[in-house]
Amino acid sequence: MRSPNDWVSLLETVPDPEIPVLNVVEMGIVRSVECPGNSIIIKITPTYMGCPAMDAIADDIQAKLGPIAMEESKTLRVELVYSPAWTTDWLDDAAKAKLEKYGIAPPVKTSDKRALQGEPSEIHCPHCKSKDTRLVSLFGSTACKAHYQCNSCSEPFDYFKCI
Amino acid sequence: MNARCEYLLRLGDDALILGQQLGLWTGHGPVLEEDIALTNIGLDQIGQARAWLTLAGRFEGKGRDEDQLAYFRSPAEFRNAQLCERPNGHFGDTIARQFLFDAYATELHAGLCQSEDSDIAAIARKSAKESAYHFRHSRAWMIRLGDGTEESHHRIQQSLNEILPYAGDLFHTDAVAASAASEGWGIDPSSLRDPWNSHVEEMLKESGLMRPESTSERTGGRIGQHGEQLSQLLEEMQVLPRTYPKAEW
Repeated sequence: MRSPNDWVSLLETVPDPEIPVLNVVEMGIVRSVECPGNSIIIKITPTYMGCPAMDAIADDIQAKLGPIAMEESKTLRVELVYSPAWTTDWLDDAAKAKLEKYGIAPPVKTSDKRALQGEPSEIHCPHCKSKDTRLVSLFGSTACKAHYQCNSCSEPFDYFKCI
Repeated sequence: MNARCEYLLRLGDDALILGQQLGLWTGHGPVLEEDIALTNIGLDQIGQARAWLTLAGRFEGKGRDEDQLAYFRSPAEFRNAQLCERPNGHFGDTIARQFLFDAYATELHAGLCQSEDSDIAAIARKSAKESAYHFRHSRAWMIRLGDGTEESHHRIQQSLNEILPYAGDLFHTDAVAASAASEGWGIDPSSLRDPWNSHVEEMLKESGLMRPESTSERTGGRIGQHGEQLSQLLEEMQVLPRTYPKAEW
């Protein structure tokens, strides 16, 4: 009989479909795991309201963990919650290091209002580590990223938007 | 129909119709980055619409979900502001429409974060982050185009002149809006006009654009009065689920 913590460990084997270098727990998408009676309820929250990966994430969790739940004669349900709103503050240093290694510049500031509206100042190129970078577009390859280019090595790269 | 359902339909329909319009930019953006930007913003709007409409369906109490509300209502049943259904036009037209909406949405969502309805507050807190980011984008473009070349200035001024009268619906007040404010689960949109105006004034100052002289407002969206543009948009959006009501994907 698995405890909620055991289920969290299993969730750590489910990668984020868009950023497979992080799993859904590291992304901060998994908000809680409860095991009342014969059910397992996993609550997930979207990074962005329209994130098209949410359905895929719920399906991935169900596909991977559903059969394990069935072995214990339990039903597993994935629920979507909006509160508290997802923030990049939930990415810890280890997750940020993985992002950078993967070629995505991690969010640099805490998600205060200033960071949302102002230009983030110190974005390193994930490739050559230069600070001489420029914003190409506020919007990038997925809802959670912006598009940057390095002036030193000329490589374009994604920056994980700070919200 | 109860006030909260009606109020949520307005929020949901604004986001849905604007999101659908922005989606039409897919593959048509003036540059790749803006193609991606406009469609990303559209995606956020659709996400917000899903949340508001799901909640609207719950308060309606007839068992209708987000899909049923989006796909099986006729134009006269839609409660979006006329601003949101205005045609995309050229890039400047879309940006001017987006700017007026984003300036309103940032204030709306910030206000709704205080809602006594915990579901409304939760969706608002999530949406507030997104609308602030959208506002940063559309505001920057208003300034860039207004303060750009002679041609860009002239064209964005035209866009602003044409779209501004349609902002009227955003501040529409009636019994529904009054209930929202007095019962504490929403805010009366008429209270957003002043903060919205400050955003517009600041933008005008930085961009060198002028407020058009005639600003007699067009209203009616909140009571189901819409232009033919909405019928065309819904026809395209609804044709599949209406033809195959049980289709799933």
